[in-house]
Amino acid sequence: MTTVASIFETMAYGPAPEGDAPVREWLERHQLGTFGHFVNGAFTKHGTTFAVNDPATGSLLAKVTQGTSDDVDSAVRAARAALPAWQQIGGHARARHIYALARAVQKHARLLAVLETLDNGKPIRETRDLDIPLVARHFYHHAGWAQLLDTEFEGCAGVGVCGQIIPWNFPLLMLAWKVAPALAAGCTVVLKPAEFTPLTALCFAELAHDAGLPAGVLNVVTGDGETGKALVAHRGIDKLAFTGSTEVGKVIRRATAGTGIKLSLELGGKSPFIVFDDADLDSVVEGVVDAIWFNQGQVCCAGSRLLVHEGVAPALEEKLRARMETLRIGSPLDKSIDMGAIVDPIQLDRIRTLVNAGVADGSQMWQPSWALPATGCFYPPTLFTGVSPAARIVQEEIFGPVLVSMTFRTPSEAVELANNTPFGLASSIWTENINLALDIAPKIKSGIVWVNSSNLFDAAAGFGGYKESGFGREGGREGMYEYLVPSWKRDAPDATDPMPAANNARVGSTSGTALPALDRTPKFFIGGKQARPDGGYTLPVRGADGSTIGEVGDGNRKDIRNAVSAALAAKGWARATGHNRAQILYYIAENLSVRASEFAGRIDAMIGGSGGQVEVERSIDRLFTYAAWADKHDGAVHSVPLRGVTLAMNEPIGCLALACPTPHPLLGFVSLVAPAIAMGNTTVVIPSERYPLAATDFYQVLETSDLPDGVVNIITGARDALVKTLAEHDEVDGIWYFGPRAGATAVERASADNMKRTWTEWTARDWTSAAQGEGREFLRHATQVKNIWIPYGE
Amino acid sequence: MTISNRPTPDTSAAGPAPARPTLVRPAASTPLGASLERNPGTPLDLDVVRAIRVNRSAVERRAATIPTRRTVKKEWQAAWLLRAITCMDLTTLAGDDTAGNVRRLCAKARNPIRDDITAALGVSHLRITTGAVCVYHAMVPTAVEALAGSGIPVAAVSTGFPAGLSPIEQRIAEIRASVAAGAQEIDIVVTRGHVLTGNWHALYDEVQRFREACGDAHMKTILATGELATMTNVARASMVAMQAGSDFIKTSTGKEPENATLPVGLVMVRMIRAYREQTGHIVGFKPAGGIRAAKGALDWLALIKEELGDRWLRPDLFRFGASGLLTDIERQLEHFVTGRYAAAYRQPMP
Repeated sequence: MTTVASIFETMAYGPAPEGDAPVREWLERHQLGTFGHFVNGAFTKHGTTFAVNDPATGSLLAKVTQGTSDDVDSAVRAARAALPAWQQIGGHARARHIYALARAVQKHARLLAVLETLDNGKPIRETRDLDIPLVARHFYHHAGWAQLLDTEFEGCAGVGVCGQIIPWNFPLLMLAWKVAPALAAGCTVVLKPAEFTPLTALCFAELAHDAGLPAGVLNVVTGDGETGKALVAHRGIDKLAFTGSTEVGKVIRRATAGTGIKLSLELGGKSPFIVFDDADLDSVVEGVVDAIWFNQGQVCCAGSRLLVHEGVAPALEEKLRARMETLRIGSPLDKSIDMGAIVDPIQLDRIRTLVNAGVADGSQMWQPSWALPATGCFYPPTLFTGVSPAARIVQEEIFGPVLVSMTFRTPSEAVELANNTPFGLASSIWTENINLALDIAPKIKSGIVWVNSSNLFDAAAGFGGYKESGFGREGGREGMYEYLVPSWKRDAPDATDPMPAANNARVGSTSGTALPALDRTPKFFIGGKQARPDGGYTLPVRGADGSTIGEVGDGNRKDIRNAVSAALAAKGWARATGHNRAQILYYIAENLSVRASEFAGRIDAMIGGSGGQVEVERSIDRLFTYAAWADKHDGAVHSVPLRGVTLAMNEPIGCLALACPTPHPLLGFVSLVAPAIAMGNTTVVIPSERYPLAATDFYQVLETSDLPDGVVNIITGARDALVKTLAEHDEVDGIWYFGPRAGATAVERASADNMKRTWTEWTARDWTSAAQGEGREFLRHATQVKNIWIPYGE
Repeated sequence: MTISNRPTPDTSAAGPAPARPTLVRPAASTPLGASLERNPGTPLDLDVVRAIRVNRSAVERRAATIPTRRTVKKEWQAAWLLRAITCMDLTTLAGDDTAGNVRRLCAKARNPIRDDITAALGVSHLRITTGAVCVYHAMVPTAVEALAGSGIPVAAVSTGFPAGLSPIEQRIAEIRASVAAGAQEIDIVVTRGHVLTGNWHALYDEVQRFREACGDAHMKTILATGELATMTNVARASMVAMQAGSDFIKTSTGKEPENATLPVGLVMVRMIRAYREQTGHIVGFKPAGGIRAAKGALDWLALIKEELGDRWLRPDLFRFGASGLLTDIERQLEHFVTGRYAAAYRQPMP
């Protein structure tokens, strides 16, 4: 009996429900909760609908329309039609619109929060205090970027019509992360919300329309994966942004290969949560709560792998179990709970399956003693201890409230365990020793590092992954680039790609001299040594007059394998100082200068004419450019609302494969290699297939310039065959391909398997100009941004 | 739907899922009985003290979400507010205190809520009083006399309150005098300098001597956290104070620039938990200073319930040091009963 007197004795918590009447009324107003798409400023008449349920009760919330490819097409057309005017109104006008969106979110904050909670099942505390305020914050921040676009992103233009596909775990927040930068950049949008959680997107589209956003700028098409597929397959979009599973991300990468659609993917994770023995363990426990029991663990960056120093593991696990006993699970609308419902029975099944696999593996499972609600889609917080790295629950993303715990002995073992995953989204490091924290942070391969914290988000800091957690960033300056392209590039024609002529018989030798010319044998350059082709074959190189002017090695798979091994072995290059890298680039330029006339002669012999000397001079100039940049491509300290700093560090991609453009045998080579190594990458370079001799001559320059072995590896031969092997090599982290579209398509498709960062280009680029041939665009492709959050205060 | 955070009566009835391993706590964490053994203290253990780590930012994040993760409404809120009254050290510590206003305070302590309100709440039979009355030494005889027969103890602030910098022998004598005058609880202050200079031996010795002087009177050790500079200092001072035999640790005198805050309270209660895990001994907690709103009192109760458990929600292990808080609680209770927002002037003043 719940009299005041009895509660006075028990001191129990009671129910504290947030009212949902305004949301029910909103649903009623829309044809009793039946929705069409929101296209061109209005709801369409609904088509075939599917049910959207409240996962906490299983009851029907609304019916939304299953988007067909025709629906997608009309939305893309509406976005295309709205694009010119939206670009033309300029940054300030767009800033006003986006500011109005931020205000609209704040004015309707509770409506959106309750609707989100009903639709998704996450606690009202989270939607009220985290999701919706972050949504408003994202629009405010990007109203600012719209205002500053012309001055801060000079030479860039909005990419165009954007297709955006978002997941169900943070429905409205993911909308904001996608829509806000797109609108700021002057893009228009077709957004497909997740099948389970489409309602806040529809509500937002309506609020945006009411706030004066022009028709067609933001279109929402609902539906399941088929609708998403139609959007991915649509050729009327210029950019696709996807947040979701790595599996689907790979499908999208393959499906859009060779289309020229700009792509950003924010995918899965199995993020490490590293606890050193000097951490504040009570705070660690709350950090774990925020990491894995936030949003029922359905968070891509959830700290789901607990790595604990062996000496404190028993104490921490005991604290965790005690804390798990006090977590409260129940109606998501209750203001006094910690965990709500799992989004859908399908997801609940997946969690159960994986947990059962963990138990079957022999890992120790622990769950609190309290009972779950009798009905609805709930799963208790779960801790696995005694797990091994090979266990399925360690390898796979569970996307539920399930934590696996392992121990380490030393900091380097912690790093090894942390990086022992295909994913690389986020990580969390707990120690009271700043030396240790800042030593470990750069060593973890993840796009976000939280020091003594977890799951902190802000619009001013980029969010996104390394490795198979995808590429691209959302938030901050780095996020804006995902929606921009260099202005000159938008109308660039396809480049010509002259390939070697058919293999004729060797044409004569030298004439009129008493002695035959001394034979030169260009080899490969692998690990700082000249190497003969594994296959033992060579390819003739024709001069401008058709004569054979040399023979280069015909590289094969094993040559590529060896070159990649050498590049990986040279990873110390990433730790070299910018100053040191600059010195070596200057030295390369110096040594090239000494042999300028030889290189000029070689270029002229290969391509004819007398441009060789100018190309050599430009190459020296370019080397100077990147020697200059080596210690100047600074990161940033982002202004996030935190007592602390958020460091955006530009880190090298790792092992980069570079397929050089065919024209400009030397300048094309230098234009790719120099920025790549200036930023600390190691490289496997495929020189111009038609004119390879400038690159093979170049290794002698490298040999005399103190470049560490393996930083630049050169393999000649059939470009597209070599690049295919590189694209299929899982230890290659990124690949640049400047060649025809067919080759680019193959590269992008093959790169999906380990989510390589790809930069392909088949349009013409003026390699001789500083505007197009060098600069920050290259540096951005040579680096990825890691955001390190460091709260402080004693 | 119901909220579940209760032990399952029978885990085998939890459905088709395999029976879940349940919490096994070490012996130190067995449920606490109604009456407790006083904290006897331990030898000073500097290994424990120096190993303490506190991350301020993380503590603040946790403290900030306690009021947003937990709330009580309606009957639950009324019951919790009544509980807050029973845990209240109704306090007057002013230079112009006289026998007159102290007697008035004691009368309020005996009868903190209007009879019509207690009747409407159905709690008249609980005979709710405050936890204690807290005064300076000079007012102890008046308070003891005014509270005679009520069972409400008198607490005296002591040891050169609030700065605690008078000669040690005088401070000890002050404790003995207050105990002799009938004070059952002594709120001592520590020498902040011992904490700021890391002189844990000195702090330990001082507190231990005070405890000895208290005899049977319960001792609450005021750390004056607003003058301890860092969270780590707060945590280490808490641990030393408990090792030296404090029955309670208390945040503030009310005279420091910063009063009791939830982050500071969180650090202190975590130390109470740690001390219990290490020694099995139970220590109480008293936030004091700046707690004026009923909502704030509920936040403190939620903090204690979450971090220490229900057993600490009793006056033998938890107290608020407050003077203005009671009136706001009365207003909220009247609002619960009548549905009308209540006026302060309708609540009998202390």
